Parts: sequence; C-alpha cells; structure tokens
Amino acid sequence: MEKTMDQRPRIIVDGVRKDFLLRHTHSLKEAFVARIQRKNAAPTTFQALDGVSFEVGEGESVAVLGLNGSGKSTLLKLVSGVLEPDAGTVLTRGRVAGLIEVGAGFHPDLSGRENVYLNAAILGMNEAETDARFDDIVAFSEIGEFIDQKVKHYSSGMFVRLAFSVAIHVELDVLLVDEVLAVGDAPFREKCTKKIKELAEQGKTMLIVSHSLGMVKDLCDRGVVLRKGKKIFDGPVDEAIKALQG
Amino acid sequence: MTTEDLTGFQTPGRGRGILDIFRWHYLLRLLIRKGTSTRYRNSVLGWTWSYVKPAAQFLVYYFVMGVILQFHKDIPNFAIYLFSGIVVINLFNEAFGNATNSIVDNRALVKKIYLPRELFPIAAIIGALVHFLPQIAILLFVCLLVGWVPSFAAIGAFLLGMIIILAFSLGLGLFFGAFNVRYRDAQNFVEIIKMLSTWTAPVLYGWAMVQATLPAWAFHIYMVNPIAVAVEYLHYAFWDPTVENGAGFPPHMMWYTVGALVFSAVMIAIGQLTFRRLERGFAQDL
Repeated sequence: MEKTMDQRPRIIVDGVRKDFLLRHTHSLKEAFVARIQRKNAAPTTFQALDGVSFEVGEGESVAVLGLNGSGKSTLLKLVSGVLEPDAGTVLTRGRVAGLIEVGAGFHPDLSGRENVYLNAAILGMNEAETDARFDDIVAFSEIGEFIDQKVKHYSSGMFVRLAFSVAIHVELDVLLVDEVLAVGDAPFREKCTKKIKELAEQGKTMLIVSHSLGMVKDLCDRGVVLRKGKKIFDGPVDEAIKALQG
Repeated sequence: MTTEDLTGFQTPGRGRGILDIFRWHYLLRLLIRKGTSTRYRNSVLGWTWSYVKPAAQFLVYYFVMGVILQFHKDIPNFAIYLFSGIVVINLFNEAFGNATNSIVDNRALVKKIYLPRELFPIAAIIGALVHFLPQIAILLFVCLLVGWVPSFAAIGAFLLGMIIILAFSLGLGLFFGAFNVRYRDAQNFVEIIKMLSTWTAPVLYGWAMVQATLPAWAFHIYMVNPIAVAVEYLHYAFWDPTVENGAGFPPHMMWYTVGALVFSAVMIAIGQLTFRRLERGFAQDL
C-alpha cells in the first residue's frame, strides 16, 4: 500500500466551532425596532459544534455517530462547504462529493436524462466525465426506458434511485454520506451499500453519518462519537458504538 | 498537525466569486438551459408569451402616450422610439428581478450542496437576456419595415447599451439577491426600483424635455444613470436611423457613458462584496 501514495490526511477538522443564531427578527423593520428599543436584538446562539478536531486519512472510512442534535450533519455540511465554521479550520484534499440529500438539484419538469447531466454538473463533473458514466448511471438506477420521461412522472422510488445513482458515480476522492442509505427498497439499499464498499476498497476516503449501527459496523473501521457538539470518543468502530450507547 | 505540509488542501466553501463562472461554465450553461426550457412549462402557447407580453405593453403605452397625450407630434416614428426604450426597461426589470430571487428560488441546492452561489444570479441574468431576444426580433422587424439599415455604429451602440444594462443588473442583482436571503424586504425594494425604472430614463419622452425642465446638475445626474444611457444607445441604434433629423445624443454623452460604466462597475464590486459577506449565512438563513 505504501507506494507513492500521499500519506497526508484527506480531511482535517481542527478545533471547529459552529454556532447557530436563533434570530428573533425576521424583517428589517423588526430588526430596526428591536435596536431602537434596545431589546434583546442580539440573537441567541446555539452551539452545534464545540472544539471538534480529528483527521481522516487517505482511504479511511470513518463513521460519525451521535444522537439527534449532536451535530453530525452540521459537521458534514462544514466538510462539504455548505456551512462555514465560526472558529477553527476545515481543510480537504481532492474532490469532495456528498451523498447529502440526493435529488436536491432535480427539476421535475426536466427529463431523467437532463436531470442526470444537470446534477452531475452540480456535483462538479464536466460533460465528458458525465458522458463516460451515463450508461453506468442509468444501469445502476434501473430506470431503463423511463430515462427520457419527465422526472415528475417518476415514482418516488425511481426518483431516489436515479438521484442516488448520479451521486454515487461522481468522480471523487472523498465521499460524504448522510443518512441517504435509508432510501429505496431493501434490494436497492443493499446494492448501494455494496457500491459504497466497492468505493472504499478502491481507496476512496469516506465520512459517514448514519443511525444504522449495523451498516456503520459493516462499512467503517473507525468511529467518531459526538455528544451535544463535543467529541467524546474517537477510535475503533466497535468501541465507538459502545461509547455511544454508554 | 501544525508542521504538516498543507499544499493541495482547500478550505471547503470558498469560491472565487463571479470569476468562478469560467471554471464552472458547463454548469452555468446547464443552469441557463434549465431556466429557459422550464420557463413555459405546462403552457400551451409557450414562447409566444414572450411576444404577447411586450406587444400588449407597447400597445398600452402607445395608445396613452402617443394617441391620447399626443407625444407623437414631438417625436417622429414615436412607436419605434417608445419600443426601443421599453425593451431596455424590460430587460433590466427581468434580469434584476430574476437575479434578486435566484438564491431563494434555489434554496434546495444552496442548503445542501456547495457550489459557487454567484452562478445563480448570473444564470438568471443570462436567462433574461435569452428571453429578451424575441423582443429585439420584433423591434428589428418593425425597423426593417420602415427602412432601417444596419450600420457598425448602430450595432456598436446596441452592444454598448446591452453591456451597460447587464452589468448594472448584475451589480444590483448580487446585492439584493444576497440581502433577500435574510430579509425578504429586499423583494419590495426591488419592486419599487422596477416600478421607477421606466420613469428614470427617457423612454416615454425625449431627453430634451428633461433638459428643458431640470437644472443642469440634475440633468447630469439623470443622464449618468446606466438605464438612461442604455436607453439612449438603443434609441441611437434603432430609432435615429429611421427618422430625418433625430434627437441625437444629449451633449456630453461620452462622459455619461463613462459615468454609467463606472457606476455599474462600482455596483458590481459592492454587490460582490455584500454577496461574499452574506454568503456565509445562506445555508442557515434560508
């Protein structure tokens, strides 16, 4: 394994803090009036993440575990760049793609084909890369001849399968997975898990958020446990699951 | 980890602002195509509406201004004069309005996936430009009927007018689009600006009437407005060649042009800075 491979980490999360502002004013007028009256115009803050640090090495699969509201999804959004930390740094190396809420970029009035190209582009692919993968994407989604139908006529299962299929075929070095595996029927879920495992075996780096402990155990070797925005454990996945439950 | 070599690492979520359109040109193209192909979804007449709406608007103005208020006495070929101004206003309103709403309209994406968010207002403005082409086609058709012949000066004036109006829309669109995410009041500001835009430029009357009424300094301010400058360039391109002795440009047109270009550039800079500043909160505030 240790040929010329870059041994530096793929993801660095260093002392990251993320506050959410609970705003009490929703219009300019309210903000202005509140300021004049010197009321508590200052929004209340809620600390979603507090001093979280860890690194994910090349080819590692790491699970982020925690109960609802522990900051798992926020952490993933920070790594994907949707949110920015209020303190600390997040750094990534290589192409990062997220299986985060697949289908966000789908437009119901476009055909399946058009949506594949649009979403691949949204996830950072160019035309040639999408062309090369197009057949694989359609085959994986099992959409078949419906690919040229408008997406609004799809069943919810077809929609999710196509969206997932685009996301999983994106050219990437780091894959972020957030709960999306709870989609589709059992056979398709199995297929997705298999595909993710395949990517892991190819040496792709993964950061996975899931409540399904079985799947986490299956896919990851290491777990990071969050509780109320703080990291309370970082180590082998079996122990991480114990730390979560304990 | 402090001693590590960090070359090749990126901070997620940092783009290069509007310059990102070059690296993401493929996505931009798809976003524009999405906008144009879904614009008239579930509509029988489809793109015909792009002709019907300006035609209706034109007829109303022509009837009120030309026939009832008798403006056509002062301005020969008043119909062409009016229409070449109206198309500029329509383009501005459409581009600016769409850009303002673009971030909120794409909230599903903005909240979940990082991509340079400037792409949305830019795609909205180019989409407005595509929508504007049918109107130009009508205008050209009418101009050709009354004996308009293309010239380099006319085409140059048209392009310059377009650049000014699009740059100005982009600056305002970035600014209000970013503001609109947190405070939807922005939409109402934009409505007011759109309502006033027709009246801040010599569309329904000639610039000479404004010059005769306003003191010199006020006229300078009026004319340095990018919308007024763009309207004058379209008058020059389409209306002037069709009349015997047109009104021509107002005096100091070159300075007004420079002023409008500088003003638009400053607006883009302000818009981009505001956008960058507020962008950090987009995903939370939507």
